[in-house]
Amino acid sequence: MKKKTFLIFIIIFVLFCFFVFFKSLNKSNIYVPNTTSGKQLSSFSAKTLFNNEKINSDLLFSENKIYLLNIWASWCVPCRAEHDMLMQLSNNPSIEIIGLNYKDDFINAKKFINKLGNPYSRILTDKDGTISIALGAYGVPETLIIDKNKIILKKYIGPLNNQSLKEIMFLLK
Amino acid sequence: MLFSQLGYYSLILGLIFSIILIPVVHKDLKIVNHSINLNIINIVFLQLFSVLLSFVSLVLSFVNSDFSNETVYNNSHTTKPLFYKISGTWGNHEGSLLLCLLVLILFIYIFLLTSKKEPKKYRIFTLLFQQIIIIGFFLFLLITSNPFNYLFPIPTEGLGLNPILQDPALAIHPPILYLGYIGSSIVFSSSLAAITQNYVDNKWAKNLKNWVITSWIFLTIGIMLGSIWAYYELGWGGFWFWDPVENISLMPWLCLTALIHSIIVLEKRSLLASWTLILSISSFTLSMCGTFLVRSGILNSVHTFASDPKRGIFILIFLFILILSSLFIFFILYKPKKEEQKNFLFSKETSILLNNWFMMYFLSVVLIGTVYPIFLEVIAHEKISVGPPFYNKLLIPLLVPFLIIMTVGPNTKWIKNNFKLINVKLILLFLISILLSYIILHKIELRGLFTTVLIGSALYLFFITVKDFFIKNQINLSQKISHFGFSLLVLSIILNGIFSTEFITNIKIGEKYDFKYGSIYFEKINSFKKQNYLSVVGTFRIQDDNNSEIYLKPELRIFNQPAIITSEADIKTSFYSDKFLVMNLVKGSDFYNIRYQTKPFMMWIWLSALLLATGGLVNFFYKKKK
Repeated sequence: MKKKTFLIFIIIFVLFCFFVFFKSLNKSNIYVPNTTSGKQLSSFSAKTLFNNEKINSDLLFSENKIYLLNIWASWCVPCRAEHDMLMQLSNNPSIEIIGLNYKDDFINAKKFINKLGNPYSRILTDKDGTISIALGAYGVPETLIIDKNKIILKKYIGPLNNQSLKEIMFLLK
Repeated sequence: MLFSQLGYYSLILGLIFSIILIPVVHKDLKIVNHSINLNIINIVFLQLFSVLLSFVSLVLSFVNSDFSNETVYNNSHTTKPLFYKISGTWGNHEGSLLLCLLVLILFIYIFLLTSKKEPKKYRIFTLLFQQIIIIGFFLFLLITSNPFNYLFPIPTEGLGLNPILQDPALAIHPPILYLGYIGSSIVFSSSLAAITQNYVDNKWAKNLKNWVITSWIFLTIGIMLGSIWAYYELGWGGFWFWDPVENISLMPWLCLTALIHSIIVLEKRSLLASWTLILSISSFTLSMCGTFLVRSGILNSVHTFASDPKRGIFILIFLFILILSSLFIFFILYKPKKEEQKNFLFSKETSILLNNWFMMYFLSVVLIGTVYPIFLEVIAHEKISVGPPFYNKLLIPLLVPFLIIMTVGPNTKWIKNNFKLINVKLILLFLISILLSYIILHKIELRGLFTTVLIGSALYLFFITVKDFFIKNQINLSQKISHFGFSLLVLSIILNGIFSTEFITNIKIGEKYDFKYGSIYFEKINSFKKQNYLSVVGTFRIQDDNNSEIYLKPELRIFNQPAIITSEADIKTSFYSDKFLVMNLVKGSDFYNIRYQTKPFMMWIWLSALLLATGGLVNFFYKKKK
C-alpha cells in the first residue's frame, strides 16, 4: 500500500516535470546577449528626414543630457503602440529623443508623424538599414539610451512598455 | 551523392534488423536451454555492420566535401584541414546522434559476447530493453534529424565548422563522452532485465560492475577533455564554469561514482540491492536528460546546436516513456530479497552508504542549480541564471566531512570494524595535516578557520592514500589510485583557487604596464595567412618578481567561413604553474585588451583526473593477474 502511494506520488512529480519541460520547449528562448550596454556607440552620419542635412553622430550626442535613440518605421505596427510612451517622455526636459527612421518611405513617415505627433527633436533617416545594422539593432522598434559620453546605458529590443518607461525614468534621476 | 544514399539506406536496414529481432527473440524465449540462439547474435552483428556502414558513409561524405548532403553543407568547408573534416562528422547534431546509435549497438553486441555465463533470459531481456532505446534513436534520427538530407541544386561551398570546435581536444572529446553516456545504457537495460528475471544478486553485481566502471572511465576522460578544451580554447581562464552542459555531464558522473561504490557492497555483502538498482536506472536517465536539455535548446550554452522544438518534443516524450516504464518495472515487478540486517555503525558498508549520501547531495545541488532556472521561467516567468557562488556555497562546506569519511572508510572492515584500527598514527597524521595547512595559509597571509580545515582534510586524505600505497598487501590497488587521484584533484583545485592571480588592462603596441607581481611589455604584432584563417600574433615580454623573463604570444584567429574571430590564449605550462595570456581587439582603437593570469597547479588538475580514470583501468588488469 505504502509502495503504491509512493509510486503515484512519483508519477505525479514526473508528469509535472514533463509539463514544465514541455512548456519551456514552446517558449521562445532567443537569448539576447546584453553585450551592447556599457559599450560606446559607434559613430555614424546620417541625413535628417525633413530637411535632408547631413549630421554626424558625434555632434548629435554632445550635450550634457541623456539621449534616447529610437529606431522606428511607419510600417511597423508595434512602433505605433510605443509612440504614446515616446510622446509622454518628450515632455521631460532632461532627455532628448532622437528618431532613426528605418527603411521607410518619406511620405508615409511624414503621415505617421503628423497623425500621431512628433516626440523627436531630430529624425534621421536610414533608408537602406545600414546604420541600424552598424548599431547592432535586431529590428524595429528598438531603443537605445545613451549618455553624453556616448555610452549605451540600456537597450530595449521591441516596443517600450511601462516597465521600460519606469527604468528610463530611474536613469534620468 | 553515392555515399549519402548508401548511408541512408543502410540506416533504414539497421532499423529493419531491430524489427526482425522481435519474432526471433520471442521464439527463442520459449526454448529452455542455456545459450541464446546464434541467429540473434548474428542479427545484432548485421545491425551493427549496417549502422557502421552508414556512419562511415557520412565520414566519407565529409571527407569528399559532398555538399549535396545537407549536414555536410551546414558543417563543412573545402578549405578545412582533413582532420577537422573528419571530426566535423560528430561536431553537429545529426552526426553525433548517428555516432551515439553506433555506440549503443556496439555495446549491446559486446555485452552479448561477454555475458555467456549468465542466465539466458536475463541476456535476452537486456537485449530487448537495449533495442527499445536503439529503436528510439533510429526513429529520432530518421524522422527529425536525418544526416543524409539531399540538397538540390548542389551548393558549391559549405558553411563551415564553427571555429571554436576546430581543436584536437574537442575532436576526440565527444566520442569519448558518448562512450561514457551510452555505456550507462547497458547498465540501465541490464538492471531492468535483472528485475524482471529476479536476478539482482551478488553475481549480477560482479558482472555489471565492469560496465559501470567502463562507462565511468570514459565519462571521466570525456569530461576532462572538455574541460581542457574550455581552458585552452575558450580563453575564459578556468577549467570549470558551472555551465549547464558541464553540469549535465557531471550528474551522471556523480551517479556512476555512487553506483561503483554501492555495487561493491552488493557484490561483497548482498546489501543495498534496491539502492543499486535506483542508481543504475538514474545514471542513464540523467544522461538522456542531458541529451534532451542540450539538444532541445532549452538551455543556452556553447554546446547548443541549432535548436528545433520538434526534436525537443521527440526526446522529451522518449525520455519520459523510459522514465515511466522503468518506474513501473521497478515498483511493480521488483521483489526485493530479504537482506540480512546486521549493520554496525562502524563498518565499510556504513561508510560507503555515507559516501552515497554525499554523492546524492552533490548531485541534487547540481541538478537543482541546472534545472531551477527552467522551472522558474515556466512557473514565475522570471529569467535567472545560477552561477558559481551558488555551487561554491552549497558544495564546499560538505567537502570536509566527505574527505574525512573518504580517508577513514576504505580502512575499515566489512561487517564490523575493530576500533583498535583507529590508532594514534592516524590522529597524529590528521594533526600534522591541519598544522601544515595552517602554515601554508599563514605564509600567504590568508586566514580563516574553514579554509584551514578544508585544506587540512584534503592533505589528510592525500597522506593517508600515500601511506596506503606502502602497505604490502595490495588488495584494492585501483581504489587506492583513484582515491589518491581524487585527493590530488581536490588539493590542486583548492590551491589553484587560492593562489591564482589575474589582471586585465588595455595596452598599445610598444607600451609597458606594471602590475603587482612584475611588468608586461607589448613588443610587436605579426600576422600570418593560414589555410582557412588569418592569424594575428602579439608578442609580450613578461617579467616577474624574480626578474625571470618569459615571452607569451597570444593569437587572434580571423576565420573567413563563417566569419568569426576567436582568441587563442598562449599558455606556458610548467609543472607547478601556468601563465596564461589572452588578447582581444578593442573596436575602433589601436588598444588591445589583455588578460594575464597565473594559475598554479593547473597541470595537476588534469593529472589527477587521469589518475582517477587510471584507477578504474587498473581494476581490469589487476583482476586478470589474480
